[in-house]
Amino acid sequence: MIVMVGLPARGKTYISKKLTRYLNWIGVPTQVFNLGQYRREVVQTYKNYEFFRPDNEEAMKIRRSCASNALKDIANYFTKEQGQVAVFDATNTTRERRGAIISFAKEKGYKVFFIESVCDDPEIIEANIMQVKLSSPDYENYDKEEALVDFLKRIDCYKMSYVPLDEEKDRHLSFIKIFNVGSRYLVNRVQDHIQSRIVYYLMNIHVTPRSIYLSRHGESELNLLGRIGGDTGLSSQGQKYAKALAEFIRGQSIKDLKVWTSHMKRTIQTAEALGVPYEQWKALNEIDAGVCEEMTYEEIQATHPEEFALRDQDKYRYRYPKGESYEDLVHRLEPVIMELERQENVLVICHQAVMRCLLAYFLDKSADDLPYLKCPLHTVLKLTPLAYGCKVESFYLNIQAVNTHRDRPTNVNVARKPEEALQTVPEHL
Amino acid sequence: MKRGLKSGICMTNCPTLIVTVGLPARGKTYISKKLTRYLNWIDVPTKEFNVGQYRRECVKIYKSFEFFRPDNEEGLKIRKQCALAALNDVRQFLTDEGGQVAVFDATNTTRERRETILRFAEQNGFKVFSLWNLFSELQNIFNTFILLKLGSPDYTHCNTEEAVADFMKRIKCYENSYQPLDEELDRDLSFIKIIDVGRRYLVNRVQDHIQSRIVYYLMNIHITPRSIYLCRHGESDLNIKGRIGGDSGLSARGKEFAKSLGQFIQSQNIHDLKVWTSQMKRTIQTAEAVGVPYEQWKALNEIDAGVCEELTYEEIQQRYPLEFALRDQDKYRYRYPKGESYEDLVQRLEPVIMELERQENVLVICHQAVMRCLLAYFLDKTAEELPYLKCPLHTVLKLTPMAYGCKVESVCLNVDAVNTHRDRPSVRLTNTHIIRMYCSMSVYSSRFLGVHKFSLY
Repeated sequence: MIVMVGLPARGKTYISKKLTRYLNWIGVPTQVFNLGQYRREVVQTYKNYEFFRPDNEEAMKIRRSCASNALKDIANYFTKEQGQVAVFDATNTTRERRGAIISFAKEKGYKVFFIESVCDDPEIIEANIMQVKLSSPDYENYDKEEALVDFLKRIDCYKMSYVPLDEEKDRHLSFIKIFNVGSRYLVNRVQDHIQSRIVYYLMNIHVTPRSIYLSRHGESELNLLGRIGGDTGLSSQGQKYAKALAEFIRGQSIKDLKVWTSHMKRTIQTAEALGVPYEQWKALNEIDAGVCEEMTYEEIQATHPEEFALRDQDKYRYRYPKGESYEDLVHRLEPVIMELERQENVLVICHQAVMRCLLAYFLDKSADDLPYLKCPLHTVLKLTPLAYGCKVESFYLNIQAVNTHRDRPTNVNVARKPEEALQTVPEHL
Repeated sequence: MKRGLKSGICMTNCPTLIVTVGLPARGKTYISKKLTRYLNWIDVPTKEFNVGQYRRECVKIYKSFEFFRPDNEEGLKIRKQCALAALNDVRQFLTDEGGQVAVFDATNTTRERRETILRFAEQNGFKVFSLWNLFSELQNIFNTFILLKLGSPDYTHCNTEEAVADFMKRIKCYENSYQPLDEELDRDLSFIKIIDVGRRYLVNRVQDHIQSRIVYYLMNIHITPRSIYLCRHGESDLNIKGRIGGDSGLSARGKEFAKSLGQFIQSQNIHDLKVWTSQMKRTIQTAEAVGVPYEQWKALNEIDAGVCEELTYEEIQQRYPLEFALRDQDKYRYRYPKGESYEDLVQRLEPVIMELERQENVLVICHQAVMRCLLAYFLDKTAEELPYLKCPLHTVLKLTPMAYGCKVESVCLNVDAVNTHRDRPSVRLTNTHIIRMYCSMSVYSSRFLGVHKFSLY
């Protein structure tokens, strides 16, 4: 159980959602349980900050019952839904409330890790409020000024009784205290591997505005022939794309852009046209199709019909003989994601399967959706973190290219006919 | 230097100076050496500069704690000189010798000394990251580091009691002038405060990727006594045929080894042993015989020999003589066409090492190249030596961290097996030979030559 701690507008929900997205992506089933949501379901309409006054007995009763409902749902998530990590997103600002959670966890045999966000910079707090609080369902009927005033009063209600985690008194607990959006961290008693990964992740994320550009290499010679994998150079259309990409990037006037490619010719050739330094990552290489490398889908159907069907049955977990699976890909892309989190403006020139994995991370797509995400050639995706998610802008650079996207065919049975298997294969030479 | 491109991440734009801070016997040297070993293994050229060493070279014989008394003018002069000499060597390493990280291992307990270092770093364009060690109350950890001191050259002529008494007085000399880092005054500095080596950390202003990796590593190491057992799978069917790679099962002798391994492990009475294998048949079959639950890691799979998979060395010589020669030239960096290099292997084994650091007693059943990489990490072997480390079949290596290094015990389980070790040949082709060979290769597919880069220098 991950338990968030902190006054309102300290980024708890932002951290909860981002962390949950990361853990799910690396294959750890995780879910957020946001107390505010429970409260909104019970108290249909939010009037004003008075609900949160510490002397409001009625409200206190409701809030306590919401907390216990959330904990019940967490227990359910672990036992009935195979969840591995639950993030309890609430203020949890009193020692009493935290004590109750610890007892609950102890009874059930759950490990507890606290994440406390401490911030005393009024500018950061106001920016948080403006970004996410004012668009909350609570403030639908308020105008901006009133909402801000009410929310600040709401924070005051908590301040009185706020007891932060204490280095001495709480030294038997496992926790990380984050000060002022990451300038300082206090880490205590990390118990296991997953907590260690969580701490590492939290220490690498930041909130500085930036954009991540994802693109595939330009069309390659093997793309034209409808063959998968390999390590060929760009076709003439691909070369045109590389030049168009350079122009597009220049047009965006991006500050301090880092450019990353894989170790394969087609991404390197694409980056060369940009005329700026770029870094090569082996981890960004396309998925290894093992025995199927450089085959067309027709050839795969002819030589390995059973494998072809198995792949359509579970495209995420299926591993090519002597090759890789999407699941393996996610594993080897994890350091890339970690470094992307640390960086600011980055352009990643990669490959279809790789781009699907990266996109799935930023857009919180499930393992089922991931292998079918549309990542066409000659299109740049610009991802800009916004509020709790990611804004996506798609730029097709108007250079013709083959389609390499193969949808899931209707019949995935091993005994299917060749035409059924090849139903969704895109056209090629 | 190509370093940044090779690893894919630009580890540092400018060199980093790591500065330890803390009273004697807080584990500064232990952490400095361990961190240096880790950074070198992941290919970040790192070196530690221990001021105590400089002092010992200067003052040949250590008499007593009196040298460290704050009112010992002569002593202070020598110590300052040593610190400056060390800093000079740091400058040389980072500026002229291609070093990327220097660990300045000394007490650095006064604000004045630290400010000198900061100015030095600023003048030379080095980033500074401080490692500040202290203990809150755990007496037993403190004692671990005291024991390390007793093995120091300073105390060869003393008995244990005398040494401990003298050392305690030495610590007292520092205590009076000790000015710890201040969370307020020093809030613009980048540092990690390590409290109780493994319990609590305060991390302030991590500036870049390498500092983030350093922090992650430091937060995962511990000093609880434990042992790591490394061994290869039992002899496999392909081993017998002299073929590399592949995914075959155990031979009859390999199965015998697996049984012996099971017995050996039982006899060792290891507390809470974790067993790890790769995802290849031969390690899994070996683990099955040990009879305890085991975890499979894809990262522990043998090096991918690409087009040479399942070939014998004779066949490789026949079909890919150029590749074979290039591999012998630089076995660490050479990448099989459509396969991997030892360098790639180290990169994919890094999470394994990190988890090994977190764990306590572990048995890792892996493969020859993989075991060489892991061994090189624990025994601080260079990239040159790594690919030639001897890791014979049917032999278990028991590694027990000790003092500043690792004790190795080799246990041969007396089950015969083929030898799979290929030494570096004494006659290696010169560049001229290789160029001639390359030019005569008309049948060579450009595909293979294009996939890896080789530079003739």
